[in-house]
Amino acid sequence: MPSLIDLRRRIRSVKNTQQITKAMKMVSAAKLRRAQERIVNARPYAVQMQRVLASVASRVDPSIHPLLAVREPRPESKTLVVIVTGDKGLCGSFNTNVIKAAGGFIGSSHDTCVLGLVGRKGRDYFGRRGFEVLFDTIGLFQKLRYQDAQAIAQTAMEAFIGGKVDRVVLIYNEFKSVMTQRVVVEQLLPIRRGDVDDSSLAGAPPNQTDYLYEPSAQEIFNQLLPRYIEVQVYRALLESNAAFFAAQMTAMDTATKNSADMIADLTLYMNKVRQAAITREIIEVVSGAQAL
Amino acid sequence: MALPQYLQLQIVSADRSLVNERVDEVEIPGADGYFGVLPGHTPLLAVLGVGDLWYRQGQDTHHLAIAFGFAEVQPDGVTILAQVAETAEEIDVARAEGAKKRAEERMVTPAADMDFERARVALMKALIRLQVAARARIRS
Repeated sequence: MPSLIDLRRRIRSVKNTQQITKAMKMVSAAKLRRAQERIVNARPYAVQMQRVLASVASRVDPSIHPLLAVREPRPESKTLVVIVTGDKGLCGSFNTNVIKAAGGFIGSSHDTCVLGLVGRKGRDYFGRRGFEVLFDTIGLFQKLRYQDAQAIAQTAMEAFIGGKVDRVVLIYNEFKSVMTQRVVVEQLLPIRRGDVDDSSLAGAPPNQTDYLYEPSAQEIFNQLLPRYIEVQVYRALLESNAAFFAAQMTAMDTATKNSADMIADLTLYMNKVRQAAITREIIEVVSGAQAL
Repeated sequence: MALPQYLQLQIVSADRSLVNERVDEVEIPGADGYFGVLPGHTPLLAVLGVGDLWYRQGQDTHHLAIAFGFAEVQPDGVTILAQVAETAEEIDVARAEGAKKRAEERMVTPAADMDFERARVALMKALIRLQVAARARIRS
């Protein structure tokens, strides 16, 4: 049976841990609020952009721009997999889920996979496993800027246009709500043409089928498509960032609750031990008195 | 086919949504010059330049400073995807003045490694901001 002093020490240490997890929960809640605001504000732009692009891309010839070109699968074709993880742990299954999904994707893909790693956890995991890594970035989420997304998008587009890879896929955690994050596997390049729009287009009046372009279709695509890719990457990063803090907050909340349970259990046990000790002492005194 | 009576104007910039309203008329700063849009316009996709965008609701006109991006025009709606967009009311005049002065100085005394195009764009942005802000002040 552990002594009273040991138990008291144990309780104190659990309490300290609880204080830390409580503080971390508070911090991530504050950060989550900011991250959530950013993603909610960024969504309309990304959604509108996607809508415009889907309706435009379904009306033009894919050969007009290299980023629209779908390439036939070849035995030596490669896929660039961009995996967005967090820089830190203590966030439940946030990183594990992305890594597992990415591992599954790579395993089931017919192409050879080249990796682009965003976030320290992903870099640590995949960097050691002998994959070909095209780029990795860490420490991005401390101060997430549009330029960072731009740089990643730029690298991916260069690899795609240069023919180094035939497909670019983005894997990240989507922020659904504070309680739920969903791992998303999204094809970034070649740009998917709005297959939904094709069917709705059939019944549309002929005067709506084509756009006027100003200055020219070529010029617009040259600007619109890279911009679209950048926005998609930016959105993925923001989603992942918000999801990270949500996951961390939930994990820390659970940890705080668990330590409260543990303290309650330990206190009960300690009191039992204390009572037993007192009872034993009384018995000793009484039996000592009887013996006289 | 009857022409639509109004335009649904949506203006979004990379980090927020600014306007989502029914309007009667819009004038947009395209890369090749300003163009006006009335309900029933033919579908159009345009690249935006730096400029002053205004829209009219009945008798009221509203001004925004816009820099780069894209505009999608449909007969019954306009979607503006702007890189930078600010409404006349929220423009920081002092900051724009400062930016204008800096840009002018850079253009007058060019350094060896100076990017002239960047300075020119910065100057244009500052000028447009000031212009839009001045319009808003006249009205109020």
